Amino acid sequence: MGNDLVLRVVGKLLIPFILMFALYVQFHGDFGPGGGFQAGVIFAAGIVFYALIFGLENARKVMPDWLVETMLAAGVLLYAGVGVAGLLLGGNFLDYFVLAHDPVHGQHRGIFWVEVGVAITVCGVMLKIFYMFASRGLAEDQK
Amino acid sequence: MAFAVLALARTRNLFAAVVLSGAYSFLMATVLVALDAVDVAMTEAAVGAGVSTVLLLGALHLCKSDEAKPAHRPWLPLSVSVATAALLVYGAMGLPDFADPQAPIHQHVAPRYLQNEVDVPNVVTAVLASFRGFDTLGEVTVVFTAGAGIIALLRRRKHKRAGDGQ
Amino acid sequence: MIEHFSYIVTVFLMITGLFIVMARGNLIKKLIGLSVFQTSVYLLYVAPGKLVGGTAPILAPQYSVYSNPLPHVLILTAIVVGVATLALGLALAVRIREAYGTIEEDEITELDNKVEVLEEQTGPRP
Repeated sequence: MGNDLVLRVVGKLLIPFILMFALYVQFHGDFGPGGGFQAGVIFAAGIVFYALIFGLENARKVMPDWLVETMLAAGVLLYAGVGVAGLLLGGNFLDYFVLAHDPVHGQHRGIFWVEVGVAITVCGVMLKIFYMFASRGLAEDQK
Repeated sequence: MAFAVLALARTRNLFAAVVLSGAYSFLMATVLVALDAVDVAMTEAAVGAGVSTVLLLGALHLCKSDEAKPAHRPWLPLSVSVATAALLVYGAMGLPDFADPQAPIHQHVAPRYLQNEVDVPNVVTAVLASFRGFDTLGEVTVVFTAGAGIIALLRRRKHKRAGDGQ
Repeated sequence: MIEHFSYIVTVFLMITGLFIVMARGNLIKKLIGLSVFQTSVYLLYVAPGKLVGGTAPILAPQYSVYSNPLPHVLILTAIVVGVATLALGLALAVRIREAYGTIEEDEITELDNKVEVLEEQTGPRP
């Protein structure tokens, strides 16, 4: 599939926009449709698209395995960390009102970091699943 | 959508089934837009039609892509399904009417969510991350656990495999 | 009857998914059936939240009627969890295919029975 000229050109053109759109969905999630779950999935879909066109090895150079596996755990830790931060600042677990001087501002900050955590984990899991299936397939072909 | 599902049930070629399920997901996303659930529709389009189709194709590549012919006609499952459907339709008649503003679902906690206490215009995001933050933490943990399970299942163990062949 | 149309669509999709899960022996086909079943549950949750004349729950000064946001939140997380568990099921199917050489339920049961008969004849393997 990697030798098709049309696919390569269209892919090169579209992939930056897919990744940009993921970030837009992530950071604009407060005001329009979107949020961590969607952003993670769209970002992962962009990378999967890249892997399908340019080959798995090239995608692995962009998003190496250790990075994906770290993302898997880092997102959950970030989410729980926001909860613990609320705990340390004198509130309840996952209580965002204490994260800033102004309660509403604290809510914004809490929601922002929680969404980032969600996006990181979802993106990591989707990419890891894809890598797992795809690398199995490659190994099968070589046998 | 009904046609897509029926074709899905009938086809024996797994490749066609995967493509049909992708199309079905897109149709479902449009239905969700019509029901005002834009966030859900976005997720369904990206996940159902994008990621899960790719995953199913990846799994198909590892397995055979044709289904075996069943040994007997599926009369028993069919009758069980029809009986269950009749029961469910009978039960659904007792549920509130479609788009009834007096239904319990619109009277419980939703009005408070819509008061915008946290000053985030997209209520779905506010409820997801703030009001039900603990819930979402659990969901993220489930996703993480699924990812860890897949790593455990599919990771290559070369040296172990050599002695495992029996 | 027309007020309950959304429920009838939901029941139809649910039953089709259930039928695929019960009637088909192929494990991947079963997983596709499960995901159809799952989408029917999305519809079951989201449909009652709709209000006629309402808009999507994104607050803006020019609207006053919004659909119920709570089902949207629940289903949003359910979709992502659903695809993660679907992938877990596929991973299991791939492993089964590697161990048995097939993903048809009948053939797997047959192979299991053969192994049991062999064990009865020759005693359990070490």
